[in-house]
Amino acid sequence: MQAFTQLEGIVVPLDRANVDTDAIIPKQFLKSIKRTGYGPYLFDEWRYEDRGEPGMDCTHRPKRKDFVLNQPRYRGASILLAGENFGCGSSREHAPWALLDYGFRCIIAPSFADIFYNNCFKNGILPIVLPAETVRRLMEACEAQEGYRLRIDLQAQTVTTPSGEVLHFEIDAFRKHCLLNGLDDIGLTLQHADEIRAYEARRKQEAPWLFMRA
Amino acid sequence: MAKTLFDKVWDQHVVRENDDGSTLLYIDRHLVHEVTSPQAFEGLRLAGRKPWRPAAAVATPDHNVPTVDRSRGIADPVSRQQVEALDANCREFGILEFGMQDERQGIVHVVGPEQGLTLPGMTVVCGDSHTSTHGAFGAIAMGIGTSEVEHVLATQCLIQKKPKLMRITIDGPLPLGVTGKDMALFIIGRIGTAGGTGHAIEFAGEAVRALSMEGRMSLCNMAIEAGARCGMVAVDEVTLDYVRNRPFAPKGELWDAAERAWRALYSDPDAHFDRELRFDAAEIEPQVSWGTSPEMVVPVTGRVPAPEEAANEVQAASWRRALEYMDLKPHTPITEIQVDKVFIGSCTNGRIEDLRAAAHVVRGRHVAENVRLAMAVPGSGLVKRQAEAEGLDKVFIEAGFEWREPGCSMCLAMNADRLEPGERCASTSNRNFEGRQGMGGRTHLVSPAMAAAAAIAGHFVDVRNWQEEQ
Repeated sequence: MQAFTQLEGIVVPLDRANVDTDAIIPKQFLKSIKRTGYGPYLFDEWRYEDRGEPGMDCTHRPKRKDFVLNQPRYRGASILLAGENFGCGSSREHAPWALLDYGFRCIIAPSFADIFYNNCFKNGILPIVLPAETVRRLMEACEAQEGYRLRIDLQAQTVTTPSGEVLHFEIDAFRKHCLLNGLDDIGLTLQHADEIRAYEARRKQEAPWLFMRA
Repeated sequence: MAKTLFDKVWDQHVVRENDDGSTLLYIDRHLVHEVTSPQAFEGLRLAGRKPWRPAAAVATPDHNVPTVDRSRGIADPVSRQQVEALDANCREFGILEFGMQDERQGIVHVVGPEQGLTLPGMTVVCGDSHTSTHGAFGAIAMGIGTSEVEHVLATQCLIQKKPKLMRITIDGPLPLGVTGKDMALFIIGRIGTAGGTGHAIEFAGEAVRALSMEGRMSLCNMAIEAGARCGMVAVDEVTLDYVRNRPFAPKGELWDAAERAWRALYSDPDAHFDRELRFDAAEIEPQVSWGTSPEMVVPVTGRVPAPEEAANEVQAASWRRALEYMDLKPHTPITEIQVDKVFIGSCTNGRIEDLRAAAHVVRGRHVAENVRLAMAVPGSGLVKRQAEAEGLDKVFIEAGFEWREPGCSMCLAMNADRLEPGERCASTSNRNFEGRQGMGGRTHLVSPAMAAAAAIAGHFVDVRNWQEEQ
């Protein structure tokens, strides 16, 4: 996994509450057996006028001009400003894969759905929770000023605005550690293999029906 | 110390507490389907890892499978590749699979309980948000992403932070014509799609205890639509009666030992919950969603709301957008909304009791002329066989329904079953998001009996009026 330390980038505001993972990446693209290649289909139904299909070349598809990602001023954005309960619905990890493949490394919202939030950390994406009023203020500033950028520092847990305002955010210590170092948590868990085996040995005595072969 | 149901199951699965407050939690059952697993198996191969305990996993293809004649396989080459990848991965890693031609194949959340692979007190995971379904058995059942699928395959564990606990109690008997699905939609309407975020929800109270296992599964299935990590119901005779004699359930002395352990799976009287909510079952009517989020729901006797009635500006903006997408005017009575298609099935409502309820409504009647397609899709091959043994297939076919092969079908429209732009559907599934059942499609979530009645009338009707006649 790619580590996340600091990031400075263009910000795009997506001012909608309850954006679900079906909207982030529609179902037809879930037929892929790869982790990459979803970026062109990110928000497919909101971004294009026609119906997207897997493998389609998107360069000449008719785009919905009113959708933020299609506005030239947001080209190359790496930070997404979103509404409350972002990423609700389906557990599909294709949603963070699509955001990452498009170029987003950080999402800032007043709240996230649990599974999506968790999936972000597995893919080197930093989801930041800030108060709703703060996100609203950032959205307004972003819309008002072309080329609006934010600077993120994970170690310091700060978001810095162009005017120099520093906003602090909270993050779980273990997730921060893994993200800063790009750690594979399977490797970390397997360091406790003996404890897993000891647990299994004990549980086989207590509850043998749990160890019947499926 | 008094413990909640969740605490009891959680505590039995702690392998170790990490210094940072997270827990390494042991996973008893890992359900696998074709959409969220290929990248996880590939990850194992790339790292040279083997599954920790392949006997704990079981797989079945469900999202991509066709619901029409399967003898010629899957027409869509991309879907076919994904199902074939599951077959190959299960062979390579020694995982039991109910393949597309196996009668036991079906929606993974129907198959697990049906086979006795889901047992009380288990930790159950699947790369699918509707894994919450299995909480109906007093299990901790959680949906996970593909990276975690790989983690569970490789280690049989998950790194978890203990969620907060919420109990939702529904007092009193459930009124006639009101189902577990209506209960779920009613609750989501009250607490919202983020109402359960960060929580495990235990459903309790007289109305919940009175539900069959099918009803409890519908209720827990939709806990995720309230944003919860999982939904749970305490173990009782209904649970034990359902599990007893299932193919993979323990037998003989092992059953007796298991039953003793399972009978302790309830919340102690003075156990602490972080949040408690109570509703009166008498308040719950058959529900119909009107918008593009499961929280946008009203009773069938109600009307489409107006943005001016919203609680705040964020909600008003969502409602305006939903009204436009759904092509609905505020204040329209729900019973005046006409439907083009009807879908009965899914992990929410694709079980035998659901098909019986729908068949009961359509028996001797015919689908309305304005309904282009009404389909009944059993949740598994065994549900299909049972329904056919009861003659339900004939009831559906004579009423003008299509009787299909088992799978997720038009709940998420990954296979050929989908809505066309602008089409409106009465659906027993779980999500009414924009485009969920097909780009531009409009979904109204309802119970099986309500969907069946809408198919016959051509618009939503209060099925309670029909049931009283019968």
